[in-house]
Order: sequence, then C-alpha cells, then structure tokens
Amino acid sequence: MSKINCQCGHENPFGTVLCEQCGRPQTEEAKKSKLVDMRYEGASRRSQTYNKSIIDKIWNFFSSVKVGIWIIVAVLATSAIGTIFPQKLYVPVSALAGLEEYLAYYERLYGFFGTVYVRFGFYDMYNSWWFITLVGMLGASIIIASVDRVVPLYKSLKKQRTKRHPSFMKKQRVYGEGSSNDPATSLMKAEEKLKALRYNVKLEDGALLAEKGRFARWGPYVNHAGIIIFLFGILLRGIPGFYVDETMWIREGETRSIPGAEGYYLESKKFIMETYSQEDGEVFDKALDRVGMIASNYQTDVALYKIPDDALIGSNEFEFVKDYSIIVNKPLKFDGFSVFQMDYRLDELKSMTFQLVEKATDKTFGQFTVDLAEPTKDYELENGAHVKLMDFYPDFYMNNGEPDTKTPVPNNPAFIFEMKTPDKPEGERSFVAIQQTLETEQNEYKVKFVGAETRDISGLTVRKDKTLYVILIGGIIFMIGVAQGAYWNHRRIWIQQGTGNELLIAGHTNKNWFKLKQELDQVKDFAALPSYEDRQDKEAILEDKEGEKS
Amino acid sequence: MGLAALSANLLMVSFIAYLIATAFFGGAVKGAKSEASYKNNRWGKIAITITIIGFISHLGYFITRWMASGHAPVSNMFEFTTAFGMMLVGAFILLFFLYRTPSLGLFALPIAVIIIAYASMFPKEITPLIPALQSYWLTIHVITAALGESILAISAVAGLIFLLKNVDLTKKSKQRFWLEVVMFTLILVIGFVVSSSTFKLTGYEAQFTYIDKNEMPAKMVYNYPPLFGMHQYESLTPDAMTPWAEMPAIVNAKTLTSFVWSVATGIVLYVILRLIFRRPIAALFQPFAKKANSQLMDEIGYRAVIIGFPVFSLGALVFAMIWAHEAWSRFWGWDPKEVWALITWLFYAAFLHVRLSRGWEGEKSAWLAVIGFIIIMFNLIAVNLIIAGLHSYA
Ligand code: HEM
Repeated sequence: MSKINCQCGHENPFGTVLCEQCGRPQTEEAKKSKLVDMRYEGASRRSQTYNKSIIDKIWNFFSSVKVGIWIIVAVLATSAIGTIFPQKLYVPVSALAGLEEYLAYYERLYGFFGTVYVRFGFYDMYNSWWFITLVGMLGASIIIASVDRVVPLYKSLKKQRTKRHPSFMKKQRVYGEGSSNDPATSLMKAEEKLKALRYNVKLEDGALLAEKGRFARWGPYVNHAGIIIFLFGILLRGIPGFYVDETMWIREGETRSIPGAEGYYLESKKFIMETYSQEDGEVFDKALDRVGMIASNYQTDVALYKIPDDALIGSNEFEFVKDYSIIVNKPLKFDGFSVFQMDYRLDELKSMTFQLVEKATDKTFGQFTVDLAEPTKDYELENGAHVKLMDFYPDFYMNNGEPDTKTPVPNNPAFIFEMKTPDKPEGERSFVAIQQTLETEQNEYKVKFVGAETRDISGLTVRKDKTLYVILIGGIIFMIGVAQGAYWNHRRIWIQQGTGNELLIAGHTNKNWFKLKQELDQVKDFAALPSYEDRQDKEAILEDKEGEKS
Repeated sequence: MGLAALSANLLMVSFIAYLIATAFFGGAVKGAKSEASYKNNRWGKIAITITIIGFISHLGYFITRWMASGHAPVSNMFEFTTAFGMMLVGAFILLFFLYRTPSLGLFALPIAVIIIAYASMFPKEITPLIPALQSYWLTIHVITAALGESILAISAVAGLIFLLKNVDLTKKSKQRFWLEVVMFTLILVIGFVVSSSTFKLTGYEAQFTYIDKNEMPAKMVYNYPPLFGMHQYESLTPDAMTPWAEMPAIVNAKTLTSFVWSVATGIVLYVILRLIFRRPIAALFQPFAKKANSQLMDEIGYRAVIIGFPVFSLGALVFAMIWAHEAWSRFWGWDPKEVWALITWLFYAAFLHVRLSRGWEGEKSAWLAVIGFIIIMFNLIAVNLIIAGLHSYA
C-alpha cells in the first residue's frame, strides 16, 4: 500500500487521518470537520485500513468497540437470565439425577416457565456452550481491539512534534487565539508555569508542547491484558491435575482417603456445632430473642495421615501429618490442597441395639448391636438363640408395595430379621422399622428396639487450584490498569506563535476536561495568553457571550 | 448511655443534619444567578459544613456500632444500607470539593436521606455473625464494594440533574414519561417507609405457619396486614385479616405483601402530590436543576464512574473472590448476588466503552447513569429479598 506524504514532508502509513508529526488532517472528512477526532491521534489502524480477506473481516469485526459493547451486553443479559430461577447446582436434586428429575423439580416449583427454563438449558446457564462462546468472543474482542489500537497509538505519541500545523490546533475542542503584546515572553512564562504544574514542556521554534500523564493512556491496555490473563487462568482448569474439586462426607471416628489427593487420609475426631448464647454479650440479646438460635461455629477436628512415599504398594502404613480444626473460613491446607468445612449432618444413626424377647413371657435372650455402616449378618445370643439379618434397608420406603431404600444413608433404617430359638429351630421372620414391626404370620418371639447410638457427619470440600495464581495475577494487573487509566489523565497543551503577534493555544485531554481547563486558566493568567473556549460547552459559551453584552 | 444507644443517636443526628443541609443547598441554588456566582456563595458554604458535620456523626454511628458488636456493621440489611447511605454522602463530599456544585448536594442528600430511612425499616438490633461471615474479608469486601457503589451512584445523581434540566417537560415525550417514572420510583420508596413505619408504630403482627418449597413446615411473622398468604398457610393470630389469596411455595407472600402495601401507599402519595401541585413531579424539581451546567453535570457523571469503577471492581469482584475462596472454597459460584455484582460491573464497563464513541455524551449518558443506579439498587434490594442465595441478609 502506498504511503501518505504530508505537506510537512513526513511520510505517514496508509490509513492515517492526522499526520503523525504535524497533525495536519489527511483525509477529506478530517479536513472538513470542525473538531478532529483525537482518539488514537488519528493514526492508521489496521481495522480502518484493510477490508479484503476473511481475516481482515474477522479482525475488523472484533476490533469494533460497537461490537465489543454488544458482546458485553449479551454476556450481561444471559447472566441475568441465569438468576431468574436457581441454577442446577443450587437445587436439592441429586447431582446424579437425569434431566427428568430436574424437569420434575422445576415444574413443581415454577410450573410451565420452570420447564422452559430447563428445556432451554438456562438452569445450567454458565456451563452452556453459548455462554462459554460469548465469553470467548469477549476475550477475542478485547485482544483484537487492543492490538489494533495500542501499536499505532504508541507510535504516533512517540513521533509527535512540538510544532503542530495551525489546522490541527484550530480543530481542537479547547482552542483560543488572539494577539499578544509580547508573544516570546508569554511563551517563556507559560513554560515556567507549566513546569510548575508538573508538565513536561518542550519549547522550540516559537511553539510549545506541554504534556503530562502519558502513561495513563496505557491503562486500558494493561487492564485488558489483566482480563485476558484471568480468562486464560480459567481455561487452564481444563488441564488434568491443575484443578481438583471433590466433596467428602466423613463420620466421627471414621478415617477416609481424601478424594483427589492420593495417598492422604483424613480422620474425623469430632464435629462441633456451637450457637450463640447469653454469655456472648448483652448486645446480641434482642437479636437472639427475635430469631432464636444463631450458629456461631461449625468445626471438624481432624487428623491428617499420609502413606509414606517409600511405603510398599498395598501396605497400610500411615504416617501422621498433623492435627487440625477445620472451621468455616479456615480450611486445612497441605501440599497445595485445601479442605473446607462446608456442611454437616447431626445425629446420624451409627448403630442400633436390639433384644430378642419371647412375647408371652417377656423372657430375653440378651442384646445385640447392628452397626449400620457395616452390618454383620449373624448374631449369637444366649441360650442357643440366634438372629440373622436377612435384609437391611438403610433409608426405608415402600416402593410399589415392596420395601426398598432411597439412599445408602441410614436415615430410616429397616431390617428383616430371622429369629432362631431352641423351640423354633426353623426360625421366624420379622420386619422391623422405626416404630413398627410387621410379621408375615403370628410370631412367638420378637426383636425389640433398645437403643441407638448416633454420630455427626461433616461435609468437607477438597480443593486444589493451581490456576489460582494465574487468576490472581490477572486480577492484580487488571486493577493496576484500571487505576492507571482512571486516576491519571493524559493532558497536552499546545501554544504557538501564529502570524504576527498572534498566539494560538489548544488543549487536549483523554478525560477530565474540567481539570485541564483549570490548569490552562492558571497558565493563561500567569502568561497573559489569549482566552479560549471549550467548544463542547455550549452553555458556558452562551453565558460568556451574554456576560460580554451586559 | 451504652455504645449501642449512642450509635443510634449519632445516626439520628446525621439524618437531621442531611435534611437541614439539603435546605441550605436549595438556598444556594436559588440565590445564585449563574454557574459562576453560585459556586462560592454563603449558603453553599453553610450547607457543605452541615453536610460534613452530619457525615462525621454518621461515621461516629459506624464506629460506635462496630465497637459495640465487635464486627464491622455491614452484616445485615439495616447495617449495609445505612453504611451505603453514609458512603454516598462521603462520595458527594469528595465530588463537591472537585467541582463545587451545590446542585449536586441538593439532589444527593435527599437521596441519602431516603436510603437511610429505607434502611431503618429493617430490624435494627445487633446480630452476631454466623460462621460464614466470621472473616476480616467480610469487612474489607463489603466496605470497598459499598464505597464503589456509592461513587457510581453519584453519577446517577448528576445524570438525574442533567435530565431534569434538559428534558423538555412541556411536551409529551418518551423522555418525559421515563423521567416521571424515575421520580415515581423514589416516591415508592417513601411509600415503603411511610407504610412500614405506620404499621410498626401500631405494633401490628400476624403469625402464620406454612409449608416451604422444600415441603417443610415453617413459621412466618407479618408486620403488615397479610394481603397474601404463604403456601398452605394457617393463621396463629386469630384476629388478623384473612389473606386475599394463597401463594405458591416459591413466592414469599410476606415480601409480596410489604411490596403491595408500599406501592399502594406510594401511589396515594403520588396522587396527593399531583393534586396539590397540578404538575408532574419532575416539573416540580426542574427549577432546582436549572442552574446546573449541563456540560459539568455530564463531566461529573462520567468522572464519578471513572473514579468509582476501579473501587467497585476491587471490592465487589477481587476482594469478593478472595473471600469466597476462603469461605466457600471457590472464588466464584454463580450465586445470584455474585452474578448481579458481575452484571453491575459489565454494565459500567459498557458505559465506559459507550463513552468512547461520539454522540453518547450528555443525555444518553445521563440515562445510562440512572439505569446503573437502578441495577445497583436492584442488587441491594431485590436480590437480597427476592432471589436470595447464599448472601441473603434477610
Ligand atoms: C468486561 C470487559 C471489559 C472491561 C472490564 C474493559 C475495561 C476497560 C476500561 C476500564 C477502559 C478504560 C475506559 C476509560 O478510561 O474511559 C477500557 C477502554 C477500552 N476498551 Fe475495554 N474493557 C472490556 C472489554 C472490551 C472489549 C470487548 C473491547 C472491544 C472492542 C474493548 C475495547 C476498549 C477500547 C478500544 C478502549 C479504549 C482504549 C483507549 O482509550 O486507548 N474493551 N476498557
């Protein structure tokens, strides 16, 4: 492509709007317009220049801010739809359940709209392919739009010359011209004042350029880079080993291997739940009166064990690592893993104790205890009696007239026992559930409930997230970038001698025009510069005019 | 006087100070002939002094309540909303000293007053922290997020002034309609405050049992005459009114009842105001906005977003993620409250990008700023009370 030669002699790349050096408008449109568009200094951008190949077209699509805004709005809108009803993750339907069960749940609570919500996949919005695609497009847009702009912006800011062509000055938003008694002194004084205002000032050839805060211009690009690093960190989670997310339920007294963390074992010593009481201070009395119980602590006391690295395969040799109390907000940490206190269940049945009794006489043959986690089949009692556990339903319910179990958790245990006694060697059968006993025929003996032992269970989450650092760094870079772009501004002031005793002044800032004008006013008063207007502030111009008339 | 009582009194003082300061800002705007003369007039100086006194008293409320409870007072609806009101005034003071425009105070302070009044309708007693909230990240995250939101809210105040000044209220137009809707919404909040305080003063209470959405029995206490009953409700208060209708399990009929009472009261208030003044409410406020400079309001609106956006990002996203990671094991869980913070963030990101293109300054920008405030309020009110996930304060 051909270069554009400016009248000042500078050779600009194809697509340039304002000459990189002197600022003369290069396109017809720029020559005609009253105010120049100072964004990216009128530099040549790839997206504004080429539009032939398919790559150009994709590039141009994603580099458009308009498209970018639409993508942001689309992510925003889909996110909002995802909050109308609870997401799949938060509804009390087993994670293993199929679509049918979800449909039933949403339909029961939300009716027709609930089924629509499930059918369209909105109930799992943030894992849906279109949501992920949208976020991908957002990433692409950020990258392409930034690259398209940052390079030309950098180049033209570097190449800018102190002396600009009057046509450039005249098309600035803040502009003024007027004659001066002593232009040279005015320029010198302006330089002095601008330096005091901490501008970088260059004065050459009857022209002055004062600039400050240029680094603020890189803010958006730094923050976009932060967002991209953040998104990249999330992408990394797909790689095996980078990310572990498991849950485990552990009962008091149990030792279990930690899912996802091979070679590690956790023993739960005790689960503790505490609530606030009067002793915690009078100030809470009213609140406790109104709402009743308020939990103050959930805690699991654990011991962590490890199979030593040099252990023989299959050996059960444990090495004690540490004792720890996992409480909410204070996870157990080891070897890159964190174990969090997430949930609990109180008083799960641990074991039940029964007695075998002869109904007529109440004579007992002694007691036996069924461990509900691992029930034994046979129980030898006194006087030659024997009970056999024929069937066990931990979470009993009637399924079409047949006993069955809903879950493997002993929420509502039921048993079928076979009772053998010396006078009934062929045995009698009895169905025993909580508060009920069923017999197929009239029995002479019965199994009588004596007592139960319970224990608490802790619900723990096991996490390992190697991507966390990438994500955190992304977040930090993003914050640096937004602060850089928001709390500093790039301001420039041009002053130059026109024909004769005329002085031209122009100013530009990427934001905060108010402050630019304040500073310019100080310089103007100090160096006796001509007055200027903000051509966008129609009301102030009007007011000034009226002021002059009156 | 105990700390808790002192704290309540300090809040009262600041509430009154804001009301008085509003009047003085009104004087400053009214007395001024033009932009230049109103910047440094006496009324304005008195007004900002009273505002600062109120703000210090408000800070005193915050600190004494913190001392009384042993945790930062941002852990329930009352505390959070009050703190938000305080920061709104703080953000206004900051922008006042940057731009010295009394008009901003004239509109920002009444909004702060409404917010504090709204907050006071929620249970005010000091509650102990549940385990998930026992973390210093709670303090850091909530305070930073609220601070960011309050600065962003100033943008909406500037936007509102811009619109009141520039929308032509003499002709029928979409703009005029929507501006009136915004004013009406503010009156609805007042309706909530009025109806809620009325029933609170009379000590109204009605208790019900009902079946919740997990099919468990539960209990509910109404402070309003129950227009709507909970799912399969049964009354425990014999002389209470019988609800008009029973709601399905997913609808919190108590919230719906409060909402309907507030709307009804708001409508009555609105109609009374219209009958008295015989003008749209927006037209009532228009003269107070006329003195403001449009370009400056646009600049303040934009600048507030520029200043607030990084603070909001830090508090509502970065700190939130760090805390969520410590408390719930994942830094992000698509909980409704989190999603709405993300939506707010995306909205303001879009706002900043929209400003990059020509033609979006001025009126369009002002509308966007007002919408942004509505999103923030939606997150604070509706998401807490209606959608309610893990972050529910209710
Ligand atoms: C959620 C995602 C995004 C965030 C949080 C974000 C954030 C920002 C911020 C804070 C600024 C500075 C604005 C100002 O100072 O006025 C900015 C500027 C910018 N953004 Fe984004 N952005 C996002 C997405 C995008 C996308 C998708 C595009 C694609 C078109 C884009 C293109 C730009 C451009 C062109 C600028 C101006 C750069 C300059 O002034 O030199 N951004 N962005």
